[in-house]
Amino acid sequence: MNNRMIAIIVAIIIIVAAVGVYAFSVSNSPDTSKLRISTTTSLEDTGLLKELEAAFEKKYPGVDVQIVSGGTGIAIQYGERGDVDLMLVHDKKREEAFIKEGFGTNRTEFAYNYFWIVGPADDPAGIKGLNATSAFEKIAEEGQANPDQVKFVSRGDDSGTHSREKRIWNNSGVGYVNVTNQTWYIESGKGMGDTLILANEKNAYTLSDSGTFLAFTKNGKIQLVPLVTTGKDLLNIYAAIPVNPDKHPKTNVEGANNFVNFLVSPEGQQIIGNFGKQQYGQPLFIPVPTNPLPSLIVPLLSIPA
Amino acid sequence: MANEIIGAIEQAIYLIVTFNPELIEITIRSLYISLSATLIASLISIPVGGMIYYYDFHGKRTLINLIQTLYSVPTVIVGLFLFLLISQQGPLGNLNLLFTPEGMIVGQVLLILPILIGFTITALIGVSNQIKELAIALGANAYQTIITIVKEARYAIMAAVILGFGRAISEVGVAILIGGNIRGFTRVFTTTISLETSKGNIELSIALGIILLAIALIINLILNYLQGRE
Repeated sequence: MNNRMIAIIVAIIIIVAAVGVYAFSVSNSPDTSKLRISTTTSLEDTGLLKELEAAFEKKYPGVDVQIVSGGTGIAIQYGERGDVDLMLVHDKKREEAFIKEGFGTNRTEFAYNYFWIVGPADDPAGIKGLNATSAFEKIAEEGQANPDQVKFVSRGDDSGTHSREKRIWNNSGVGYVNVTNQTWYIESGKGMGDTLILANEKNAYTLSDSGTFLAFTKNGKIQLVPLVTTGKDLLNIYAAIPVNPDKHPKTNVEGANNFVNFLVSPEGQQIIGNFGKQQYGQPLFIPVPTNPLPSLIVPLLSIPA
Repeated sequence: MANEIIGAIEQAIYLIVTFNPELIEITIRSLYISLSATLIASLISIPVGGMIYYYDFHGKRTLINLIQTLYSVPTVIVGLFLFLLISQQGPLGNLNLLFTPEGMIVGQVLLILPILIGFTITALIGVSNQIKELAIALGANAYQTIITIVKEARYAIMAAVILGFGRAISEVGVAILIGGNIRGFTRVFTTTISLETSKGNIELSIALGIILLAIALIINLILNYLQGRE
């Protein structure tokens, strides 16, 4: 084979590939056969989304739901960049900023539970029965006095859970900036599961979503116990936000709105409310019955692409 | 510790003998992605490595140093770089590669190219210089000379390909950032292991690790068999 032949073949391959890529890329219409959802690890890890996805796909057989899970931070990034059609997250401040900047159309709350302050069964700082902010004050105080006995492990990863932890420190008299350089304060920089394992190893306190915590205690991986489990500071609300098609024209708005409506429908709410009863003896989420999305958004869907 | 390992081995055997459908699906997908990436990267890196080896040019040493430095690039950084390229807002967003198996192939190709090119060059340098000179003396052109040397170095190049495959199938950074770990679509061995670990299913994670190694063993045996048959 001479060099000229090779050059011609290579040139043909390149031209064909370039034409193919171009033809592929000019389509700017949303792909309604796929619904991409970014979510936080806590929703994915518990297995709730798997059930919701199965029920939704049964109802809308033409749609393939694809769930991408990460921390709240990256989940929101995916939404801002238009890489997903819908976000299911739990960080109200950042959600509101997301909508204010025009990336999301609206915010629908569909479930809630509580963050739990968990720690060693002997409770060395004595926080049991306190409210969240007093418990954190107590941990800081005892940790200062006794850094070998009283420790706190933080996610330290800018996740929804970490945001909440910061807020509780700031709402308490301690202040987040005053704890990060303390010897009793340990940052794991990892997901909830790894953080729980680390807290268990160190016999430390930590803030956890109840779902992940129950999953870990159930299979005997950790011996920590829940110490503070209710109160306004610990309320953890999950919301759904469709990505704004004005920012990203390829967004599958129809699929996103259908999914949100499904989440708040009696069927979706029943799945949410029953989830975990069988496996953990108690539901992991409490459904939030809300009205379906206002109808004024729906006409958007019928605009031909 | 011992309990968990024994439990993991039991789980691994259980998953295999029951033909767990999710395991089979993940296995096929992992192999499709990583074998494709290894094949594409080999097709690029053997000729490129051959040319870098054959030609003397200004900055050759620097180029080789740069390639060798890229051996250490963290998989997450390759994933992030590609993510910025193929995200909807990125310059190649229109290709719709993000969160697809094909996007993961591209990422793994980028990840293992430096290793494959670098080790190809090293393998070729390992061949006695006399063969190169002899080929040239016999009137071989550049293309023919490179082919001759590559044939001589085929065992070492095969070792590089196996190493590249190993890095591709065991990496998690590209798989999670570009694939997104979507169940039934882009979930592979490593992302399943990291998900199951974060769920607290430690034994299942180790079981999956054992199965991954078993599959790698089979692939290596096949490659070695093909190599030995010549």
